[in-house]
Amino acid sequence: MNYDFFRLSIVESEALILSLKVAALATFCSLLPAIFCAYLLARGRFWGHALLNVAVVLPLVLPPVVTGYALLLLFGKHGSIGHALEACCGVSVSFRWTGAALAAGVMSFPLMVRSIRLSFEAVDPRLEQAAEMLGADRIRTFCYITLPLALPGIFAAIVLGMAKALGEFGATIAFVANIPGETQTLSLALYSELQVPNGEFAVFRLMMLSIILATGAIALAEFLARKGKTL
Amino acid sequence: MSIELDLTLMAPFHLHARLQSKHTAIGLVGKSGSGKTTLLNMIAGLVPARGRLVINGVVLQDDSQHINLPPYRRHIGYAFQDARLFPHLNVEHNLMFSQWIKFGTGRKATSNQAKSIIAALGLGRLLSRNIGHLSGGEKQRVALGRAMMGKPMILLLDEPLANVDATQKAETLFYIEKLQDLEPLPMIYVSHDNKEVSRMTRASFMLEPDGLLPIKFSE
Repeated sequence: MNYDFFRLSIVESEALILSLKVAALATFCSLLPAIFCAYLLARGRFWGHALLNVAVVLPLVLPPVVTGYALLLLFGKHGSIGHALEACCGVSVSFRWTGAALAAGVMSFPLMVRSIRLSFEAVDPRLEQAAEMLGADRIRTFCYITLPLALPGIFAAIVLGMAKALGEFGATIAFVANIPGETQTLSLALYSELQVPNGEFAVFRLMMLSIILATGAIALAEFLARKGKTL
Repeated sequence: MSIELDLTLMAPFHLHARLQSKHTAIGLVGKSGSGKTTLLNMIAGLVPARGRLVINGVVLQDDSQHINLPPYRRHIGYAFQDARLFPHLNVEHNLMFSQWIKFGTGRKATSNQAKSIIAALGLGRLLSRNIGHLSGGEKQRVALGRAMMGKPMILLLDEPLANVDATQKAETLFYIEKLQDLEPLPMIYVSHDNKEVSRMTRASFMLEPDGLLPIKFSE
């Protein structure tokens, strides 16, 4: 039997590893800001609440290419933030895999915030009052009551964010282009193969790889959600 | 104990209460909807009110001096009508919550005070139990023990028998009395049931639309 079918080509394995790396970094870096934003939106009463809500949801509604182009304007070599980053820390994200992670993170951020916000809103505020009466200030109440009770939703948000980051396309290609080995994730590799005449077989293989990855993500989500409920 | 209270709630409805008492246990009765729970919440600082509140000489709120302590600094033990036990913690961890977050001590009930409260409330065999597996009376006893554990200045009891079935009411009252014998804490006992209040307290007040009226129960 020929096992070559199951062996990944260099392009495929690079795209797969890059996709996982980008999605992991994007989710890891957006998690804390997402928890913070979700808590502010769920419990905070302040001027600009509606504005923050719009700003958070915006990347979900805008065409991804617009978000990618906006990132290019801000974080590109000549962008205000990109320029400052390079000048002060020597860090550049344009046309780098870290830039792909930034694009994926920005795109998955609204989904994560929504999921976490819903789970914060589901925590009974009367339990938080009970904690306050037992001597817990706002921060302790958050750490000991609100956060643990919202954990299943936070796990779900992590998986949702990962899934969104794995499949991100529009913002990534607009911001960091499609460079094999650097910014070419699975979906970008699939797009490239689609442009090649007779590339159907390669497209089919990448498609199968994406399906396997997505199935794994769903299984992990189920596992984590169950684990979260029993915590 | 001494309590001096002159609090006004402006919204969502008007409620004014003025009270001065030196009794250890004060009862508060009134029809449902008269604002008994709201008054307790005003004392606890959970509902913003205006006025002055002094318990045992400690000023918890005085608008003229711009003092208004947040709930977590008032040292008030509050046993809510709906118990409000933390569903992700077991009985022992619920009981020890205030000690655990304040002093960073473990969540095990090892101190003498904890052991005596647990014994007085008959909670010894329930310590490792999940909150979802408790009866109404048991939940109320855990809520009571949890409120007492932090050695509060005063205990607020809001209809402790409301969610307890008829067969467990007498038992729960017995436990509350036992707790009072063990560690006589000043308390405000709220109920719609005059009999219950006259059994548990020495001085009682009726909450009426125009404030608190002292009442005397016939023996």
